[in-house]
Amino acid sequence: MSEIAVDILNMTKRYGSFVALRDVCLSIKDNEFFTLLGPSGCGKTTLLRTIAGFEAISEGAIKLYGEDIADLPPNKRPVNTVFQQYALFPHMNVRANVIFGLQRLGQDETTARARVDEVLDMVQLMEFADRLPAQLSGGQQQRVALARALAPKPKVLLLDEPLSALDLKLRQSVRQELQQIQQTTGITFVFVTHDQEEALTMSDRIAVIADGQVQQVGSARDIYEAPQNRFVADFIGETNLIDVAVSSVSGGYATCVLPGGDVQFTCPAAAGAVVGHGHLSVRPERVSLVKPQDGLLRGVTTRQVYLGTDMSVDVRLEGGKIITLRLQNSEETHIPEIGDPVGLNFETGTARLLED
Amino acid sequence: MAAQIAKKSTSNTSTYAGLGVFLMLPSWAVIGFFLVLPVGMMLIYSFLTKEFRGGVIWEFSLNAYDQFFFDRGLFGDAPPVIEWTYINIFWRSIWQAGVATFFSLLIGFPTAWFIATRTGPNKSVWLFLITIPYWVNLLIRTISMKFLIRDTGPLNEWLLSLGVISEPIHIINTSFAVQLGLFYSYLPFMVLPIYASVERYNFAYSEVAADLYASRRATLTKIIIPIVKPGIIAGCILVFVPSLGAFLAPDLLGGAKNFMIGSLIEEQFKGNAGNWPFGAAVSMILLSMVLVVLTFYARQQAKEGAR
Amino acid sequence: MARKLDIRHFPGFLPITYLCLFLLYAPLIIVMIYSFNDSNSITIWGGASLRWYGEVFWGVESAKFKAAALNSITIAVMAATTATTIATLAATAMLKAGRFRGKSVSFALINLPLMVPEIVTAVATLIFFSAIGFTTGYLTILVAHIVFCIPFAYLPIAARMQGIEDVYEQVALDLYATRFQAFRLILLPLMAPGIISGFLLAFIISLDDFIITNFVKGAGIETLPTAIFGAVKQGIKPNIMAISTLLLLVSVVFVTLSYLVGRMGQNKK
Ligand SMILES: Nc1ncnc2c1ncn2[C@@H]1O[C@H](COP(=O)(O)OP(=O)(O)OP(=O)(O)O)[C@@H](O)[C@H]1O
Ligand SMILES: [Mg+2]
Repeated sequence: MSEIAVDILNMTKRYGSFVALRDVCLSIKDNEFFTLLGPSGCGKTTLLRTIAGFEAISEGAIKLYGEDIADLPPNKRPVNTVFQQYALFPHMNVRANVIFGLQRLGQDETTARARVDEVLDMVQLMEFADRLPAQLSGGQQQRVALARALAPKPKVLLLDEPLSALDLKLRQSVRQELQQIQQTTGITFVFVTHDQEEALTMSDRIAVIADGQVQQVGSARDIYEAPQNRFVADFIGETNLIDVAVSSVSGGYATCVLPGGDVQFTCPAAAGAVVGHGHLSVRPERVSLVKPQDGLLRGVTTRQVYLGTDMSVDVRLEGGKIITLRLQNSEETHIPEIGDPVGLNFETGTARLLED
Repeated sequence: MAAQIAKKSTSNTSTYAGLGVFLMLPSWAVIGFFLVLPVGMMLIYSFLTKEFRGGVIWEFSLNAYDQFFFDRGLFGDAPPVIEWTYINIFWRSIWQAGVATFFSLLIGFPTAWFIATRTGPNKSVWLFLITIPYWVNLLIRTISMKFLIRDTGPLNEWLLSLGVISEPIHIINTSFAVQLGLFYSYLPFMVLPIYASVERYNFAYSEVAADLYASRRATLTKIIIPIVKPGIIAGCILVFVPSLGAFLAPDLLGGAKNFMIGSLIEEQFKGNAGNWPFGAAVSMILLSMVLVVLTFYARQQAKEGAR
Repeated sequence: MARKLDIRHFPGFLPITYLCLFLLYAPLIIVMIYSFNDSNSITIWGGASLRWYGEVFWGVESAKFKAAALNSITIAVMAATTATTIATLAATAMLKAGRFRGKSVSFALINLPLMVPEIVTAVATLIFFSAIGFTTGYLTILVAHIVFCIPFAYLPIAARMQGIEDVYEQVALDLYATRFQAFRLILLPLMAPGIISGFLLAFIISLDDFIITNFVKGAGIETLPTAIFGAVKQGIKPNIMAISTLLLLVSVVFVTLSYLVGRMGQNKK
């Protein structure tokens, strides 16, 4: 098992009576690209700032490679941050910005200069070294901010939505660049975003956060394929949540009864799932269309939307619940007309009973 | 960006377009006629011959400037040597104003920083407390200071009664008293522009600095001070310039030994001892010095703006 | 611990701020206290009384100070009114009239009275009036006050005007108002808080001026500051402290009003 870089233990952060982070436990591994993903206002920035040392924590502990750092001021933590708005020092040129941290650490001039050249080279900004921040484009400023934070070789690099100020094209290319830099430098990255595509494509592991609490931690695949609860299932990608009666849960599997039928079936269950009333999550692309009498569920087609390579079809079940499915847009796929009665089917392994 | 938009909107759709000159006319007339023209007259007067009961004789003369810079002996026929009396008064004024500015900065910067970093309604209360003394009559403030620091004034009484000192400290009529008076007169001028700069300061810079291992001290000297420098310079000028030409503080607190430019000028226009051309010349020299400082400031601002 | 992490906090700045306030207020407060001193000596405390306030209003010197106060107030009202009017027009020109000839010079010109040292303005004004053969007196004081009040009235007015978007007047023009009507019915009412603030500041500035007044007043006419200065030259007497306290209160009341009016306008927006 690899070493733990940042260990957050039962950490709570309050602003007055408002609880911004509640009982957060996270272990971020060494050399990992770790992403904090969640909707606006969920506490991502706050969590990052507690690691950087800009916010004091109210309860719990933060450890960096085993050492408790909760009491260390930011300038004593071997952690650097790429700020969302970059905050390049306006009165210093690119080189002076990048060398700033090295000088504070007391590195000798030649070593520091060599390191500056190295990181500027890494972000391909050599030719802009003597410019002031105001003379750079947004993308270039972003890379200076990155170089500045990388220069002191931090143990952990924190990035707060560093790509949000860039346009779509640029964002996509910088994503790859970032990933590559993470791999070559071997620095642990903690990356904040509210963009799920960004999170899914870049990260080794993702922590989904909502309302100041960690909802689930896992790889992109884990989180998409095996969401823990309704929030995660709904927030990451699209899903259908179906009300079911759960008759038994054991060994990671549950037996449930679908609505409007007496079909009983067994599917994987999240850790917190319980007997009684529950929710089943089924991804739209996992649902297939069959003849009404062959389906696990039956309903009437109410809507179809053309999406290019795909087709999205809505089916209303007898109880009124709408199920969305994704069909490939090819010659042989049969697309039902609106009003057609249809049956819906899915592999029991692709459905998942959630923690309620 | 915002400035660009604003500029665009005024140039295209100004409500009173074309009326600018008309609306501006009263200001031009009043300030032009009663300030610019008088300063021009003053320049002319400085090159005229003095009339003994005050006033001038309309005859060109360089005497006023000659008197300022050169000593030609009692009868005016000795070979000219540099006259130090007036130059020394200028030096003393610059020194006094400089000391007052330095101490204003020392107290004013932390105060401005502290106020600018308050949050909520407290902030405007603090700011208001700092501005009030500025609006209180300068004469009254100077008198209050004089009353406070007199040999038998409340300060000495109080220190004596506490046993801190065994005999009154003599402050009044010293150059320290003048410095104190100038400092006291113009301190709010230091706080306000620095406050305005700190208000605009983006605290993310401090966070980045701390993140990059800068101590508080390094953050202050390497990041904060360079960035809020325009406010600091503005504050220093707003304290230094009026201190240089101040009349009340040196006159009421300094006594005869601590003569400054203001008193020198004032003397030339009072009673029979006056010398109007000389007074005009000294005023011109003071004005030129102020203009030099202001030009330096304007260039500094332009440089900051270019960034 | 939270403080250690607070990048805005610098140890020692709070005490310095208190020191700053102490230095600014101590002399004023002490004079206020001693103005209630029931004693002939200014230093020896003889119990509290309003004796010296009585002296100010009904004592031997009261006539002199009343005349001076009347001059001060009438001059301040007239100077502030004129300066506010001029400054309002100037602000409209600078901010709402687009480009015009001499605009860049105008800005410098309006602020010129702030940049020229007071004593220089005083000398220049005296020389000017004497050169054109104008007898110094009430009128010369008034004119000089109008000049240096203009920038003080201009600052709050321009600040307020900057916050008023052009659309309101454009709507008025669209609804068939003439430009003069747009100015009178839309801009002026919206500007009211700024204009009142400007007037109050100009009023205090005029009321407070000593140096320029002292130069251009001529013989036989006094304003409150010159009268007080003349009296202080003879030594600080308790009645001076009472007058000072009154004048101080007037300033504080006016500045507070100006501040509240300015803020009221903002809240409404
Ligand atoms: N200084 C503060 N005082 C009080 N509440 C705060 C403070 N800073 C943040 N909060 C609150 O804490 C919560 C989390 O804020 P945070 O900035 O961490 O959100 P975020 O997840 O980064 O959101 P976004 O994606 O919009 O940046 C928010 O509800 C916010 O209002
Ligand atoms: Mg955020």
